[in-house]
Amino acid sequence: MGAIITLCVLGIVVLYLGLFKAKNALIPVTVLGLAVAVGFLLAGWNSEAVPILGGMVVFDRLALSFSILCIVITGFIILLSKEYFKNISTHLSEYFSLIVFSLTGALLVNAYHNFAMLFIGIEVMSVALYILVGIRKTDLASNEAALKYFLMGAFSTGFLLFGITLLYGASGTFDLAALKVYVETSSEISPLFYAGVLLLLCGLCFKVGAAPFHFWTPDVYDGAPILITSFMSTVVKVASFVGFLRLFNTVLVPLNDFWTPVLLTIIIMTLFIGNITALLQSSFKRMMAYSSISHAGYMLFAIVSIGSMSASGMFVYATAYSLASVIAFGALILVKRGTGSENFESFNGLAKKEPLLALILTVAMLSLAGIPLTAGFMGKFMMFNNVMGSYHVTLLILAAINAAIGVYYYLHVVVNMYFRKPEEEAVPQQVPMTYKVVLALAAILTLVVGIYPDTILGFSF
Amino acid sequence: MNNLFILLLVPVISAIVLCFVRDAVRAKWLALVASLISVGLTIPFLCNFVPDAQVQFEQNWVWVESLGIQFHIGLDGISLPLVLLTNGLIPLIVLASFGKAHKGNFFALISFMQAGLLLVFLALDAFSFYVGWEVALIPIYFICALWGDGDRIRINLKFFVYTFFGSILMLVALIYLYNQSDVPSLEWSTLVALDLPESTQRWIFWAFFLAFAIKIPILPFHTWQPDTYTHAPAAGTMLLAGIMLKMGVYGLIRWLLPIAPDGVAAYGQLAMVLCVIGIVYASIIAFKQQDAKRLIAYSSIAHVGLISAGVFSWNAEGMQGAIIQMVNHGISVIGLFFIIDILQERAAGRNLTDWGGLASKMPRLATVFLIIVMGAVGLPLTNGFIGEFLLLKGVYEYGVWYAAFGGLTLILGAVYMLRFYQKAMLGPLAEQHTHVQDIKGYELLVLGVIVFFTLFLGVWPKAILHLSEASVTNLLNQIKF
Repeated sequence: MGAIITLCVLGIVVLYLGLFKAKNALIPVTVLGLAVAVGFLLAGWNSEAVPILGGMVVFDRLALSFSILCIVITGFIILLSKEYFKNISTHLSEYFSLIVFSLTGALLVNAYHNFAMLFIGIEVMSVALYILVGIRKTDLASNEAALKYFLMGAFSTGFLLFGITLLYGASGTFDLAALKVYVETSSEISPLFYAGVLLLLCGLCFKVGAAPFHFWTPDVYDGAPILITSFMSTVVKVASFVGFLRLFNTVLVPLNDFWTPVLLTIIIMTLFIGNITALLQSSFKRMMAYSSISHAGYMLFAIVSIGSMSASGMFVYATAYSLASVIAFGALILVKRGTGSENFESFNGLAKKEPLLALILTVAMLSLAGIPLTAGFMGKFMMFNNVMGSYHVTLLILAAINAAIGVYYYLHVVVNMYFRKPEEEAVPQQVPMTYKVVLALAAILTLVVGIYPDTILGFSF
Repeated sequence: MNNLFILLLVPVISAIVLCFVRDAVRAKWLALVASLISVGLTIPFLCNFVPDAQVQFEQNWVWVESLGIQFHIGLDGISLPLVLLTNGLIPLIVLASFGKAHKGNFFALISFMQAGLLLVFLALDAFSFYVGWEVALIPIYFICALWGDGDRIRINLKFFVYTFFGSILMLVALIYLYNQSDVPSLEWSTLVALDLPESTQRWIFWAFFLAFAIKIPILPFHTWQPDTYTHAPAAGTMLLAGIMLKMGVYGLIRWLLPIAPDGVAAYGQLAMVLCVIGIVYASIIAFKQQDAKRLIAYSSIAHVGLISAGVFSWNAEGMQGAIIQMVNHGISVIGLFFIIDILQERAAGRNLTDWGGLASKMPRLATVFLIIVMGAVGLPLTNGFIGEFLLLKGVYEYGVWYAAFGGLTLILGAVYMLRFYQKAMLGPLAEQHTHVQDIKGYELLVLGVIVFFTLFLGVWPKAILHLSEASVTNLLNQIKF
């Protein structure tokens, strides 16, 4: 509650700071505001979770832990944006406030307890993003991405609304608790309800970028400014997954015979399409886009494996994935500044020029690939374990094959950094201090979670 | 001083420190000192080890509380020889790299790898084992791809993805086993006590076997090995052939056989056939090689084929032979690769045709080379003899024909090894080699130590055998087909 109000106020304050030309205060104020929001969330950790605001939102531990994750990752991205947005446009404050508003939406999605709130949260989160994706007004790719994202987003929201409507038609309620009662007690569930569930599933799969609803992802990720891409692929994606998890893993559990086969098909398609297409990319940014599709596949495992551990498994996985993505995109910004290209080749010889950056990016890539002692391995281990608990080993073997494919393209960038020589002498770039600190912090967190996962496992649930 | 964790910690710390050392001279001395500290710390374990079947010096901490995962390490008669081998060979490998101007990062990777290898050999919890297994792969990948030659990028990518594929299958099996007991656990003792139905054990066998067979490598899974060995830097090849492939054999003994005995009963014969075909095939290919490094790479496939056959023969002789031969093979192969490295630098190139008659210019090298070759061939009174004898005896008990074909390794091995020696050392001296210098200093020291152990273990193999005897018997009794 306090966190949401803080963030709303923060967004407006940041806008006013822009009005009064207080550019230097933007980042400190934003970070301070985020810290206050985290403080509010932490304060609510031990209190009894009850739906508030007329049953609209509930800040239980699921919502709290994922909200803190979202805010921390946003904080990283805000810190990285110090140098970044200056080069793109003069309207700095708008971007910060839009990011904060989008984050507010993410928090609502994390904590919704009523379908109305799910819808509002997703819209708040997305509308801000439509603008952010297109902030490079003169860049054609950015415009195309914004338009594509808007159309696809509107389309998927349509699905979502249809689904919600049908559920309402069948059960007569928007409230999750009441819906749960309906699912558990009614002797005969109306076919409308099933149709609604399917439509909701499609809408949410659009949002998380699972195949076959993934076509917007690569283009939008590619066209958007790098920092916005990293925001989209971490905070927004994680929040959508929480929305997914909350609905399917609590309310719709009794109907799992109906929706798990559908979701399993989607997962397997997502894994193979994401991984195999990622293999073929020559641009690092596009590779990350496709790899984010495949990671969506792994995270969906948490939703099909119903159990007490699935939420914490997803938390570890989401943390690992978000940290690694922040590092990858942060490094890409620096590399692009030097070479002007987003291709794998622009990473050539980075280890010689910037050994620390290369090392940090290597940690991130190993984490995405799921090598032990990084957070990514713990995430994969828990996800695989969840799957094993509920399904057949064949599914696990399919997932494992995909993990092996993934290693190939994650190593691609490591190979370029360490074993290839740069084609031409790039302009030597000074790595800003904030980048060093943020990326190193993310890498250290990745290793800490990987070596001693209890640090965040104790923190969730 | 009987703290196994310190044994793991020393290489980790030295790896971190070495990362920051940019001066080549300081780096190599620091690495040597660190590896000697590891040797020093290993000695108390050897002295205080009671050669019975018990796991000793156990340490057990909770690692991931909510998942019931332990950090559990301990030492028994099967792991002790391999720990000795690892900690004993690392200083030699570091010394062997003294002639090259490597910065601290090179030695840091070696130390880091040492930590991973030790964790593999000490782990009594499958999670710890898997972590060590993967952690050992990262540094060797970088060593081979950064300091290698030829088409190093493609070759090592293949190596990495290939072995990673194997290990992820093992992870699948481990996660399956993890969910089988009432309280999820990956403890070795729990996994061994699981009474799995035979159909399950069959696929568990394959999941483990693929992981280990790729690492060892056993015949159809060996395609990464010759290229990787050939194009790795000398230290990388020594690490790979000397220690890393023993991870696979150790995995067979420690994890595969006790966990899936019915699977072994079903497919052990197939594995045996693969091993024996590997022996003959690799020996014949080795004979045709012109590149010395490639020759030893293939000979290594033949040797580990026999070692794995010994493991699958599942009797005391075969098992004991496998353990002592792992140590012997490590010692010999490191010596051979070091000699090739020396010759490559002194006599330009490592093609057998480039060399010849070098014995007249390098008498000291010729002598130690001969002894090491004899050890690799398995001449009595050298280390290879007792190992191959026990292995063949074990395989013979399993089946006469296996032993008959496996025994070809003795003859074929002698043929290609002696051909190798002859081409390099004997015959007329080429003109461009008239100014070749004999070995001295650190080179002599490394090879001297290797020769000493070649002869020492040849004369007194009981030094290793008595360590493992009780554990092997116990393991065999524990699991009955």
